[in-house]
Amino acid sequence: MEIEDIIKEENKVYSKPRLLDDVHMHYCPGCSHGVVHKLLAEVIDEMGLAERTVGVSPVGCAVFAYNYIDVDWVEAAHGRAPAVATALSRLWPSNVVFTYQGDGDMAAIGTAESIHAANRGENIVMIFVNNAIYGMTGGQMAPTTLIGQKTATTPYGRRVDLNGHPLEITDILARLDGTCYVTRQSVHTPASVRKTKGCIKKAFENALAKKGTSVVEIVSTCNSGWKMSPVESNEWMERNMFEKYPLGDLKNI
Amino acid sequence: MLPIIKNIYFIHIMKEEVRLMKGNEAVAHAAILYGCDGYFGYPITPQSEVLETLEALMPWETTGMVVLQAESEVAAINMVYGGAASGKAVMTSSSSPGISLKQEGISYIAGSELPALILNVMRGGPGLGTIQPSQADYFQATKGGGHGDYRLIVLSPSSVQEMVDFVGLGFDLSFKYRTPAMILADGIVGQMMEKVVLPPQRPRRTDEEIRRQCPWATTGRNGERKRNVVTSLELESSRMEIINHRLQARYREIERNETRWEEIGVEDADYLIVAFGSIARICAKAMEMAEEKGIKAGIIRPITLWPFPKEAVEKAARGKKGILCVELNAGQMIEDVRLAVHDSLPVEHYGRLGGIIPSPQEIVDALEEKLINNIP
Repeated sequence: MEIEDIIKEENKVYSKPRLLDDVHMHYCPGCSHGVVHKLLAEVIDEMGLAERTVGVSPVGCAVFAYNYIDVDWVEAAHGRAPAVATALSRLWPSNVVFTYQGDGDMAAIGTAESIHAANRGENIVMIFVNNAIYGMTGGQMAPTTLIGQKTATTPYGRRVDLNGHPLEITDILARLDGTCYVTRQSVHTPASVRKTKGCIKKAFENALAKKGTSVVEIVSTCNSGWKMSPVESNEWMERNMFEKYPLGDLKNI
Repeated sequence: MLPIIKNIYFIHIMKEEVRLMKGNEAVAHAAILYGCDGYFGYPITPQSEVLETLEALMPWETTGMVVLQAESEVAAINMVYGGAASGKAVMTSSSSPGISLKQEGISYIAGSELPALILNVMRGGPGLGTIQPSQADYFQATKGGGHGDYRLIVLSPSSVQEMVDFVGLGFDLSFKYRTPAMILADGIVGQMMEKVVLPPQRPRRTDEEIRRQCPWATTGRNGERKRNVVTSLELESSRMEIINHRLQARYREIERNETRWEEIGVEDADYLIVAFGSIARICAKAMEMAEEKGIKAGIIRPITLWPFPKEAVEKAARGKKGILCVELNAGQMIEDVRLAVHDSLPVEHYGRLGGIIPSPQEIVDALEEKLINNIP
């Protein structure tokens, strides 16, 4: 069989999502953000929502998410994405609004906005990328940084007596009456990527059905911030992160 | 009472129903009647009646306007940012400490070139201060407030009627120039009850009208247009400088077109009083009392605090013996007055602090002491 016989439309098993722009991403090689972006682009396109989806990008590594996924975007101030999304959703109820937030955005500076938007049951999707570190500013401690984890601001490891405990924001959000679906996933294996895609789809379906707030946490790696290779990061995440942040649905109504 | 306000009332009484209400209540009515799409606020004295009145009027049942009590002033201004980004006519209100919290969001709204309306019913500071009236946020409102090189269109109402009128004017100007506008009211105007004539109900714009009017808005791509991104971020310095120049050019345009003020008895006066907001009305009474003593004073009342009517003040000051700036603060607008007249005549300040409102007699005394008898 010749190569020309193989390269045919009917043999195609994969293509770049149509909504993902053909540009270089600023993310580090090995970073989870690119995979999460791809999943979002696929889900929005497959659900036929490209023309009525509005994303809210955070301050953090994903600040430039608006450069990569071909939907309307509002770039929020640090931590304020859920407030911005609240207005976008309430004023344009036929649109689907999602926030894309990191751990600092969701669980430190924006804790109030995250909890209250979810508690009001805003019909939005909150995508929460938890890599336990501040990537954009150079690897400082995040609210979700593990005990003992070394960062630029915990150079000898996070200590409870100095820095307090890792904040389990997703568990808190799951306890609120306004959330309908809260899940914690990862994108470090093909199987987990496929599973996470299904979760993101379910979250968007909930927003369309006006069921309340859906939260999809994606436990992620930051090999640059963690100062490991991408492979080592995946292994470290499996060994350390999943114990503190176990994968699975926390709430599914 | 100011003659011009008498005239406004007279015209309105001739053809409209006159109602009695607080300034804060009037703003809530005016927002609905303007066709405002959304209000996002957080309670703080002395402006909570805005949110209370809106919740009582339930405009979501009539015009479809969204009203939401946010979890904080910070959340409220960021809801305004989101709503404004999508082309909707949205507003918030607060009082001084809450307005301080909103400054980050206001800077983002200005940097992202969005229209929005913010009402500050000023109370005394600094810190938690007092719930009594003040004008001590003049610097904050007119000189920036948040970070970066930006300006707000700042409207200063001196009556409940102007509280109503400036809701419409503020929205119109903010959409015309795609920049946030602020109604800088004091606690007096917010809390006092006065006769007022409300405008007729304007329909809210349809989604299609918003898409046409605001082609930049994040309404959902809806068709074949390219995606819209609302952001104030630009890491490439040469492009960020261009954005800043564009903003500055717009501010110059606003200065040329939108400067507003009111003059009372300026032409044949020996002394000029400059005062804004409700204090200008106390000054009008003081002006009458001074005239009985043979002191001829005129008043210039800046209506736009930014752009400040510097040419009007400079012109009005020509040939005068001195200027008295009367403010409910320690001397803020006086700096703009001095810049306007270039030290060509004595410029003095009289202010009460901590929420105390001066009587007309105090203002006459100040005029005599500071400008006529030159008592330091």
